Amino acid sequence: MLVPMSAAPVVDPTSAHGAFTLLWLVIALPALGAVVLLLGGRRLDKFGHLIGTAMAVLSFVVSLILFITLLGRDSADRSVSQHLWTWFSAGHYKVEISLLYDQLSALFLLLITGVGSLIHVYSIGYMEHDERRRRFFGYLNLFVAAMLTLVLAGDYVGVFLGWEGVGLASYLLIGFWQHKTSAAVAAKKAFIVNRVGDIGLSLGAGLMFVTFGSTAFTVVSANAPHASKAALTAIGLLLLLAACGKSAQFPLQSWLLDAMEGPTPVSALIHAATMVTAGVYLIVRSNFIFTNAPDARTGVVIIGCITLMWGAIIGCAKDDIKKTLAGSTMSQIGYMILASGLGVVGYAFAIFHLLTHGFFKANMFLGAGSVMHGMDDDVDMRHYGALRKAMPITFATFAMGYLAIIGFPGFSGFWSKDKIIETALTENWVVGLCALLGAGITGFYMTRLMLMTYFTNKRWEKDVHPHESPKVMTYPLIALAALSVLGGVLLAGNWIVDWLSPVVGVPHESSPPIPSLAISALAVLVVAVGVATAWLLVGAQEVPRVAPEKVSVFTRAARADLYGDAFNEEILMRPGDRLIRDLDTFDRTAVDGFVNGIATSLTAIANRLRLAQTGYVRTYALSMLGGAAIVVLALLVVNL
Amino acid sequence: MSATPFIVLSAILFSIGSIGVLVRRNAIVMFMCVELMLNASNLALITFSRSSGTLDGQIAAFFVMVVAAAEVVVGLAIIMTIFRTRRSASVDDASLLKY
Repeated sequence: MLVPMSAAPVVDPTSAHGAFTLLWLVIALPALGAVVLLLGGRRLDKFGHLIGTAMAVLSFVVSLILFITLLGRDSADRSVSQHLWTWFSAGHYKVEISLLYDQLSALFLLLITGVGSLIHVYSIGYMEHDERRRRFFGYLNLFVAAMLTLVLAGDYVGVFLGWEGVGLASYLLIGFWQHKTSAAVAAKKAFIVNRVGDIGLSLGAGLMFVTFGSTAFTVVSANAPHASKAALTAIGLLLLLAACGKSAQFPLQSWLLDAMEGPTPVSALIHAATMVTAGVYLIVRSNFIFTNAPDARTGVVIIGCITLMWGAIIGCAKDDIKKTLAGSTMSQIGYMILASGLGVVGYAFAIFHLLTHGFFKANMFLGAGSVMHGMDDDVDMRHYGALRKAMPITFATFAMGYLAIIGFPGFSGFWSKDKIIETALTENWVVGLCALLGAGITGFYMTRLMLMTYFTNKRWEKDVHPHESPKVMTYPLIALAALSVLGGVLLAGNWIVDWLSPVVGVPHESSPPIPSLAISALAVLVVAVGVATAWLLVGAQEVPRVAPEKVSVFTRAARADLYGDAFNEEILMRPGDRLIRDLDTFDRTAVDGFVNGIATSLTAIANRLRLAQTGYVRTYALSMLGGAAIVVLALLVVNL
Repeated sequence: MSATPFIVLSAILFSIGSIGVLVRRNAIVMFMCVELMLNASNLALITFSRSSGTLDGQIAAFFVMVVAAAEVVVGLAIIMTIFRTRRSASVDDASLLKY
């Protein structure tokens, strides 16, 4: 049955029973882990990391059971809700704490808990010598629990709860090494920039209360087609602002690169399984808003396009391996946002790319962590080179992630990115060309990273001895590498599109302007050009150990994050600073001056009046007599 | 009988009393002047009572007498105490309570 484009499916879950009553456990387990680890104190230092990892793995097991149960259900009956309690009610507004488990949340649950568990395991090795390891695992569990709340909540207020929880956990983890000023500042920056986006979500939820009387997905999705275009567009744009904050989209992208100050497993968690995917989830979950608000969708597509180029260009010029990967994340999330902005035809592919990206980006971030582990925490790729022999497993697994992200035919990234490019070309050729060009740049910067790290000439310091990481770190890498290679099977027989269609709607059949095989070939060709360029510029030459100073204006701009920070500083921070300083001066001089002036003059008057108290009885007697005389005279005047 | 002479007498007595309070330093004399003022007002009250034919003024005069008696008791006690500590009955000497 074909549902017309304009009708987004209504969220209409059945009440949970059987295995689905376990749903709350998915959140409760990591939340419990966080509470135990953070309140347990030092006596848990020896085995706290094992508790944290166990909680994540158990949560994954429950998610897996739920997913298998969901698979066994009829496709029209795969939306389940579990009502927990009423959070608050004011007048006729009522907010329930309820969980919604459907095809979309199921995939997210598996990604968050699955990749999250692997990152937990990896962190056991990575954080082994950190004396605050127990606390680190507590924060990781908190992060996972918050993200699970975000994707399981049954209304926007619940989403907001998880949304803020993710913001808090990311703040704690980015600033985990708070003794470094740069880390403390980066954490604050991430928190503050995210706050701008959070305003979007809270205003959007408020607008939903006004428009629909409720923020529950069920109510909003049922009434969205009847709401006014203006209200829907406004809600859509506010949700887009929220997504920009959490997903580091233009113009709120600046926090992402600084967030690399956190320990590497945190970067993997933020970039693959949690946090940045929240924006994409929000847009796809709100498909009933966006499908009915084409203007808001246009905004989403534009933001996606800008960010995918922005991130890719930044990635080309960075020498810091983690920052290159961060630029790449920004760019890949841009792809997802772009796809979700295309509407019903794109939602499923946005989620598909999100999943495959979750695999290969977690893989590469953990791989980068493994490299840093062997290189004494050096992140500068100019100090690497020829590491493939020293770290064979890290190299092999990283290569799988690399081939996946550039879209090498057959790897997971190929299928997901190809679908987005094809859909974009079908919908709008400008957007499609943008996506195609982005793929080429991806090929360039990822090849550059690969060559500078694992190939080219050896550039290590003398006292650095690169070595392979312990098994507890390489096994998660191998698992993620396997997922990066095989992630494409989700598309087999169009499975993911069919799976998600009850949530996001069934797209119209439309054929691309040129055959899809030709588009795939074109995409591969563009990527090949990018790879070849990287080979010519980096691989075929001696890589200098110090970044060259005399570079083109474009390189300089990319190194400075395309002046995003400079813009924020000049346009927002400095004038704000000046305004606050002026307000402070005004407060000190004008307001305080007025108040103090009243007090001073009253004191002066009182000092004068005081002198009337002479202490002589006759003075008082005379003034009494005078007063009596005045009263008598006044009476006479009135009476006559 | 006309009320005017009584009122004039009352005014004269009141004026003498008030001037005495203002110009004399001796506390006892000032006290007597206050009594003079009270009795001047009593005379006025009784005069008005007679001329209007009601008893209100006479009742008020009794009140004044009672208050005056009580006041004399308290006032003389204060003057005695001051005299004992300072060996002086001049009110100008008791002028410490001021700015």
